[in-house]
Amino acid sequence: MTHGSGPRDKTSTLDQVVAEIEDGMTIGIGGWGGRRKPMALVRALARSDVKDLTVVTYGGADLGLLCAAGKVRRAYYGFVSLDSAPFYDPWFAQARLAGAIESREMDEGMIKAGLEAAAARLPFLPIRAGLGSSVPDFWEGELKTVVSPYPDADGRTQTLIAMPALTLDAALVHLDLADRHGNAAYTGVDPYFDDLYLAAAQRRYVETDRLVPTEDLVDAVVPQRLVVSRMHVDRVIETPNGAHFTFAGEYPRDDAFQKFYVESAGDEEKWAAFRTRFLDVDEPTYQAEVATWHAEQEDPK
Amino acid sequence: MTSTDTTAAVTGTGATRAEYCVAACADIFTGAGEIMASPMAPVPLLGARLARLTTEPDLLITDGEALILADTPAIGRTGAIEGWLPFRKVFDTLASGRRHVVMGANQIDRHGNQNLSAFGPLQHPTRQMFGVRGAPGNTINHATSYWVPRHSSRVFGQSVDIVCGVGFDKVDPDNPAFDDVHIHRVVTDLGVFDFGGPDHTMRALSLHPGVTAEQVAENTGFPIADLESAPQTPAPTAQQLQLIREVLDPTGVRDREVRS
Repeated sequence: MTHGSGPRDKTSTLDQVVAEIEDGMTIGIGGWGGRRKPMALVRALARSDVKDLTVVTYGGADLGLLCAAGKVRRAYYGFVSLDSAPFYDPWFAQARLAGAIESREMDEGMIKAGLEAAAARLPFLPIRAGLGSSVPDFWEGELKTVVSPYPDADGRTQTLIAMPALTLDAALVHLDLADRHGNAAYTGVDPYFDDLYLAAAQRRYVETDRLVPTEDLVDAVVPQRLVVSRMHVDRVIETPNGAHFTFAGEYPRDDAFQKFYVESAGDEEKWAAFRTRFLDVDEPTYQAEVATWHAEQEDPK
Repeated sequence: MTSTDTTAAVTGTGATRAEYCVAACADIFTGAGEIMASPMAPVPLLGARLARLTTEPDLLITDGEALILADTPAIGRTGAIEGWLPFRKVFDTLASGRRHVVMGANQIDRHGNQNLSAFGPLQHPTRQMFGVRGAPGNTINHATSYWVPRHSSRVFGQSVDIVCGVGFDKVDPDNPAFDDVHIHRVVTDLGVFDFGGPDHTMRALSLHPGVTAEQVAENTGFPIADLESAPQTPAPTAQQLQLIREVLDPTGVRDREVRS
C-alpha cells in the first residue's frame, strides 16, 4: 500500500467516522429491525456532538438509541421493531409521543425502491405501495404520484407512487467479514439491504466483526455472499461483536440485554445508570461491560 | 361434510375455540394454489401449515426469516428447506402478486382499512406501535386477510387512526393500480368475516359455536352484514384436529393466543 501497489487501506477508527458526520446530515443505517445493525457506529454517533440527523432505516434499536441521545430530527422508516419481545422500541416511541421527530413513515418496499432510485441516480421509481394509505399524509406534500405514459390494455392508465430517491450523505452498515479495502460479505441467511444503502450514499462506512486478508475473505464464503465491493466503501472499521445487541452472522441477538435496555428506558434513574455504564463509554469498554453484566445475571449478588 | 363433522365436534371430539380458529385460518387458503402463504401470528401460521398438509400442498411457506420450507414442521420448529427468500425477494414476491398475507391489526374499520402503526395524530401519536410495515404494499398488491385473537369494539371501530392496510373505500376504480386490492377474510376468536356486505362492508360468514350475534354486535363498533343469519363455523375435521394436536402444535401454542 505504501508503494502505490494494490488498493488503498481503508481501515479506520470509530472516531474517524464520527469526525466526518456533520450536523443535519442524512444517514442511512443498514440491517433490519433487530438484525445486523451497525450498533458500534450507532453508539459512537450517540455519544458524539453531532445533531439534527435525518435517519433512513428499517428501524430497530439503532433508531431508538439515536432518539435517546436526541440526535434525530427526522426519520424515514418502514417500521421500527426490536424483532423479539417487547417488540416496540421504547425510545422511538417516546420521541414520537413527544412529537420530537418528523416522521416520513412509508411502506417497507418503498425504502428499497427509494434506495434503488438513489443507487441508480434516478429521481424516483414508480411503486404501487403507498397508494390509498396514510403514507402520503405522513410525507406532508413531499410524496407525489406519477402517471404512466402507457395505458393498460383496457384503456385505463395507472397512477403510481413516485418514490423519490433516498439519497444519503452517509451510510453505516455492519457486515460479518471484510478486508481492509472494503470488500465485504454476510454469512447469515439474509444480506438485508446493506449494498443498497452503500450505493445510495456519498460517504460509505462498513463496520465488521472480522477484518481478514482478501484471500481469506474470498475463501471463507461463496462468491454470491460478497455483496459489497470496495468501490462502494470509504472506511472499514473492525468492531468485534459490533452488531450487539442485534444479531449478526456469527452470533445471536442478545434478548436478555435487549430486555434490560427496554426496562432501563422506562425509568429515569435506571436509564442514567444504563447510559453511564454502556453508552458514555468507548466500544471496548461497552463490550467488556456487557460481558460483566451477563456474568452478573448468572450469578446475582 | 360439515353437518356430521359439526355433530362429532360438539358431542365427541370437542374442538376448542382455538382449534376452530386454526381451521378457519386454514380455510383462508382454500384454492390459493402455488403462492407464498405469509401468516404473521401463531394461529394463522398453524392455519397455513394445516392447509398445506390437507388441501393446499402447493403453498409455499417460510421459516419467518429467509428460508422456504420443504417440510411442514410444527410451530417453532424448522425442517428441510427448498429455497431462499431474503427480505428483498419478499418485496419482489409481493409486487408479483403471488402471495397471501395474514396480518394482525390494532384497528379495522367497516370497509377493511387496517392500522398497526400508531394511535393518534400522525406526527404526534398517543401510542406508538410498529409503523405501517408492509401493510400498504401487501394490501395493494395481493390477497390479504386479518387475524384478530380478541374481537372487540376497540379493534373494530368507526374509523382507523392511520390507514396502513388499504380498505375497499380507498380503491379508485379508474386507476388500475388498485385492481388487486382484495381483503379476503377476517378471522377472529368470535367468527369468520369478509367484506362481501353492501359496498364492500364487513359481513359475517360464520360464528364459532357458543358465540351469539349479540355478542359480536356488542364487540363491534359498526353494523356487520348478515350477522343474524350467519351459520356456525364448520368444525375441524378429525384429520384436521389430529394434525393440529399431534403434528403442528403439540405444546398448545394456539391456546395461549385464544382462550377457550
